[in-house]
Amino acid sequence: MCLKIIVTVKQVPDTHNITGDAMKADGTVNRALLPAIFNPEDLNALEEALKIKENIRVGTSASASITVVTMGPPKAVEVLKESLYRGVDDVVLVSDSKFAGADTLATSYVLSLAIKKLGHFDLIICGRQAIDGDTAQVGPQLAEKLNINQITNVEEILEITNGSAATTATTTATTTFKVKRATENGYEILKSKFPLLLTVTATANSPRPASAKKVMIYKNFSIKESELSYLSNAADTKEDKHNECKVWNVNDIGADINLCGVSGSPTKVKSIQNVVLTVSESKQIANTNENICELVRELTREHILS
Amino acid sequence: MNSNNNSNNNSNNNLNNFFNDNEDIIFHLKNMDLNRVITLKEDYFSAWEKYAWAPQNVEEALENYQHVLKIIGDIAANTVAPYADEVDKEGATFYKNEINGDGEVAYAAATARAIKALKQAELMGFSIPQKYGGLNLPKIIYTMAIEIISRADASLMNIFGLQEIADTICKFGSNEQKERLLPRFTSGEVLGAMALTEPDAGSDLQAVSLKATQDSSGISIDSSNSSGSGQWRLNGVKRFITNGCAQISLVLARSEDGSSDGRGLSLFIYERTPEMKIRRIEHKLGIHGSPTCELQFNNAPAELLGKRRFGLLKYTLYLMNSARLGVAAQAVGISEAAYREALKYAHNRIQFKKPIKSLAPIAEMLLDMSVNIAGMRSLLYETARIVDIKEGLDDRLEHHPETKADVIEDLQKYNKFASLFTPLVKLATTEMGNKICYDAIQIHGGVGYTNEFAVERLYRDIRITNIYEGTSQLQVIAAIGGIIGGVLFERLNEYESKFIALESQTESEAGSEIGSEAFSAMAEMFETARSMRTSLELAVAHVKSYSESKNISKAFTSVNTAISELGINSNSNSNFSFLDYHSRRLCDMGVDILISYLLILDALKSKTKKKVAEVFINKALYKVRTNLEYIKL
Repeated sequence: MCLKIIVTVKQVPDTHNITGDAMKADGTVNRALLPAIFNPEDLNALEEALKIKENIRVGTSASASITVVTMGPPKAVEVLKESLYRGVDDVVLVSDSKFAGADTLATSYVLSLAIKKLGHFDLIICGRQAIDGDTAQVGPQLAEKLNINQITNVEEILEITNGSAATTATTTATTTFKVKRATENGYEILKSKFPLLLTVTATANSPRPASAKKVMIYKNFSIKESELSYLSNAADTKEDKHNECKVWNVNDIGADINLCGVSGSPTKVKSIQNVVLTVSESKQIANTNENICELVRELTREHILS
Repeated sequence: MNSNNNSNNNSNNNLNNFFNDNEDIIFHLKNMDLNRVITLKEDYFSAWEKYAWAPQNVEEALENYQHVLKIIGDIAANTVAPYADEVDKEGATFYKNEINGDGEVAYAAATARAIKALKQAELMGFSIPQKYGGLNLPKIIYTMAIEIISRADASLMNIFGLQEIADTICKFGSNEQKERLLPRFTSGEVLGAMALTEPDAGSDLQAVSLKATQDSSGISIDSSNSSGSGQWRLNGVKRFITNGCAQISLVLARSEDGSSDGRGLSLFIYERTPEMKIRRIEHKLGIHGSPTCELQFNNAPAELLGKRRFGLLKYTLYLMNSARLGVAAQAVGISEAAYREALKYAHNRIQFKKPIKSLAPIAEMLLDMSVNIAGMRSLLYETARIVDIKEGLDDRLEHHPETKADVIEDLQKYNKFASLFTPLVKLATTEMGNKICYDAIQIHGGVGYTNEFAVERLYRDIRITNIYEGTSQLQVIAAIGGIIGGVLFERLNEYESKFIALESQTESEAGSEIGSEAFSAMAEMFETARSMRTSLELAVAHVKSYSESKNISKAFTSVNTAISELGINSNSNSNFSFLDYHSRRLCDMGVDILISYLLILDALKSKTKKKVAEVFINKALYKVRTNLEYIKL
């Protein structure tokens, strides 16, 4: 009836705008100094979902719905807000102090439970990787945990074919998906049935700006202390509808705490090396064939050129 | 700015944002009194319960405005500005449709991307009420938005800034027309154009000859009755139509057979059909991204907007006044871009072993640019605010006729102010903008004359602003009545009382940014501004009392005789009057004085503005005096 899309997103420190003090003495990221932003490739994932929603229509109404899920501290509500600004239907913040310190394994475990709690879905879209960890593991791990197909590094969605007709998308079981996937040497075109998980690269699209109208609607969207919300005399129904973020904790998703956060994360940092990049001496190469050939030979020896 | 990296642009990254980086716009947004504007625009917040994006109160509206301007600032800085040069070189192009050979227009690739982003951001129903899906934002915010977009790419303003088309339909269309058409504008499905100019009707729109006729014999005898039964058809040619390829145009046409003046013209809503051919687009000096079309209407079906015979006198006047404010904002935006380019270049360029900005003539040019932009902006926003109040009162009267007694006096007053301020601000900002771009090239020297630097494009782009939507010379004609008739002085009186009120208020506030010492300096500036006002009063009195039998003006007499003797115009019957001759000077004086007053009021709120006001007023004083001397010569 309605294509159900889930997009996973992450709030990350803006490692593209690093200054000298970005790292603490112990080698960890000084998050307080770096602005927290929407992970760039997650915006690409979101954009793909929004494009699908725009293109799949039954009559005049959209026949896809998008739910955005993030795991993170309460502050991560900001990326959910940005998602609402761009037109998604629902958002969930999965947040609990017990999730802290999670590596990709624990993260994908928590996300998989949250997604199961959301119920039926057809498509999960993730950004290829986050700019803070650069692992590109959460998407694939999530697909494994949910036991569904996955296609990584998607650059373009080529076709969504419906088993019946596009206008009567009563069942998605026969719907297939054709995408172009980047490989090291080029690309490949793959087809898959639903349910399916995609990871999307930055080259897939240019993410849309926030919608002015939706910013006006959701600008006060935030987490309400659940106890407080019972106490507050909810006079403004309009306010509540657009203001309150759904938050799921460890109990809400029925997670085993041993598999969450630090205790669920086998990744251990063995040691941290501080690399200080300095400008090395420059070398003048005279513009003669001989000198240029020597430079090329040197670069080949150093395996800079192959 | 890395133009290859736009896919990684992030809306919560404020590094590149043409709103966040513009302290002056932020200053105005923070300090302007918009209570009345907002309350009227939101019709006392009556839409709040029905529409999720409608504000509940003034504070929420202001919060919304900031959010909207941030989105525009983000799009301008990251999706538009990095490609302005590309758009300039590629331009909008004209091509023949392969199937039927009809002319079509393609936007430059980057223009198309920018339009898409603006639509996705739901910014194409800027001032249309919520019930039609619009954002219901006042002109003051629209003006700021146009300025921000124009700073990024002046030619994009000619597409984004054509929202007056929808506004005009909203103001004068029938309920049925509004419900049918406005949601299509607000959703971004359609763009608009205004088709007024013809080959033989440019400044003189009364000469419009494109014909509108009604099909059947069911033409109503009563010409004021718009419900004539037959289908209206348009026949004729329109020229210089900005974005004439738009899906929906407002076309000014002669509906009254046998008429020859403005009273025979009506305004029509026209939606693209094969009966309208785009013949070609102009090859222009600047704003290459904006297609300027020549349109041929061959029995093209159209529908009447409002009443017959009101096309030029009422609807086009409204449309053009809105557009004039838009062009003024465009000029300020281009000026801002030129100033920033010049400042950057003067900082980096080393000559005589130092950055050229430390050389006196360069420094003074930069200072003048900065001060004049601040002055223009104050006048621009003041005008937008006046127009907002006028429009708000007008709407109030229409929707709540019972409020007439409370509203009518102010409405008449703000009508007068708007009719004076709109042509004045267009005159002032576009002429000053030309000067600023001229100086920006001068600061660059030889490289500024090449297309490797943005100032070359800005200089070409600004050149149209004092021509289209009425030349500067026409703005003078529109404004002079308000100066001679005392409307300007009426407004200055209000500023004077405001200054005096703020003076006593500021003196009693210990924590004010402006200390008492600084305040006496302000009082001095205020006196200077008042003396300029006196000069203008003298000039007006002189012009009013002038008659050739009594006074003899050396300057005027010699001009009149020289025009004939030097062969410019030998027809002695067409001598112009003393007032005609000095109108421009009176308007220039009016602008200098208005800006001086406004900057003093700004200076009460900020130390930077105090500096700006000082520099501006000292220079303005001598210009005003010189003009007075010449008029009295």
